[in-house]
Amino acid sequence: MLFELREVSLRRGERRVLDSVSAAIPAGAAAIVGPSGSGKSTLLRLLNRLADPEAGTIAYRGRPLADYDPLKLRREVSLVPQLPSLLGGTVGSNLRFAAELAGQELDAQRCLRLAGLDASFAERDVAKLSVGEQQRAMLARALAQQPAVLLLDEPTSALDHAARDAVEATLAELRRELDISLVLVSHDPEQARRLADWALRLEEGRVAAAGALEEALAP
Amino acid sequence: MTTTSIDVSLGQVAAALALVALAAAISFWRRTDLERDIAIATVRSFVQLTAIGYAITLIFEADTIWLVLALLSVMVLFGAFTARSRAKLVPGAFWPLLIALAAAGATTLGLVVALGIFEATPRYLVPVGGMVIGNAMTASAVALNRLGDEVSDSRAAIEATLALGTTAREAAAPYVRRALRSGTITLIDSTKTTGLIFFPGTMVGMLLAGAEPTDAVRLQLILLYALLGSVAIAALVATALAYRNFFTPAQQLREPDLH
Repeated sequence: MLFELREVSLRRGERRVLDSVSAAIPAGAAAIVGPSGSGKSTLLRLLNRLADPEAGTIAYRGRPLADYDPLKLRREVSLVPQLPSLLGGTVGSNLRFAAELAGQELDAQRCLRLAGLDASFAERDVAKLSVGEQQRAMLARALAQQPAVLLLDEPTSALDHAARDAVEATLAELRRELDISLVLVSHDPEQARRLADWALRLEEGRVAAAGALEEALAP
Repeated sequence: MTTTSIDVSLGQVAAALALVALAAAISFWRRTDLERDIAIATVRSFVQLTAIGYAITLIFEADTIWLVLALLSVMVLFGAFTARSRAKLVPGAFWPLLIALAAAGATTLGLVVALGIFEATPRYLVPVGGMVIGNAMTASAVALNRLGDEVSDSRAAIEATLALGTTAREAAAPYVRRALRSGTITLIDSTKTTGLIFFPGTMVGMLLAGAEPTDAVRLQLILLYALLGSVAIAALVATALAYRNFFTPAQQLREPDLH
């Protein structure tokens, strides 16, 4: 079991963003689906402790999240946010920064290739990339840390159809090549069908269904 | 430096009210609706400066360093409260500001005395201390105001960096740098143009009191340079301490307070 959530709750002001969420997310490719505002992104951010729940517990590989050093956890469970936010400089400097933080040897070519970017992107100025390229650069940067888990928040929401298909192909390829688990947030159940084998469906912060793909996504 | 003294009568102050009346008349004529504010400003400044004038007279007569330190401490306290109200987006801004103003005041005055620039007497410490704390207050308020704006506009970017497993300090560094810059740049710019477009206040005061222009200029320069140092200290300490309040011990970005 990759992540185990028990009665996880979180409020923001008066609103219950997550309400007693319990789920056991397996290794492999899991999707968290649901309409806007259902708490999916918030849940994802709990998995690498960018935020903590008010109530309930989360365990990663059998140990409570609080037992891990938050910085080491974030390098092993790497989150790629919905909107790209690269650090100033080149794509290469971003990759090097990420790899150094994680104490990993950097194979820039490989990270770029796995993210669907040409090797020449290493020297490109991040300010001059298109949104799609930035999104892929963020993915390459996360991969530079050689994480065990990739948390992806709406990886294709900012992209057009062609770019979306390309990124999905990239993610499928990634899973084939690396021993890496994906937890992917998507508002599109069809995308979940294409990319995942397990799904958690949220509605207004509560678990509507969880389990093998077809069961969980059944209306 | 020669000691000078001038006598200014209340009558002269009353005569200057003619210009205040002019300001009020313009406001009335053009309907900018500022007559009330002008009146408040006139009365408050009269009361506040008269009060501080008496306080300073007493301190000069008592001639002890302790009263000077007491006055400066009160100014640091008020300065921190005032600056805090201008840095609303920064949680827990009061303590960083208090420490920043105290550090700026103590370091600047300490150095100025240690380097033999001024003697440690009330006549020098009170006005210079007041000026240092006042400018430090403005600089740290501006710096924290900027920090608050930057962090609140850049939450997603900060979290994206934290997601790589950086410390809060590393993630906040570019914003802290920009805040520090904005806190000090105004004074640096006005120091660059001083004498070209305006005569700074101390120089004006000294000339009016009968000092030689050379003395007036040198004293003004001493004060400008001291201010550069103190403003940098204040903005640095304020931002270095305050940025931490945006983060939790687990290196997470705190949710903004929903008012």
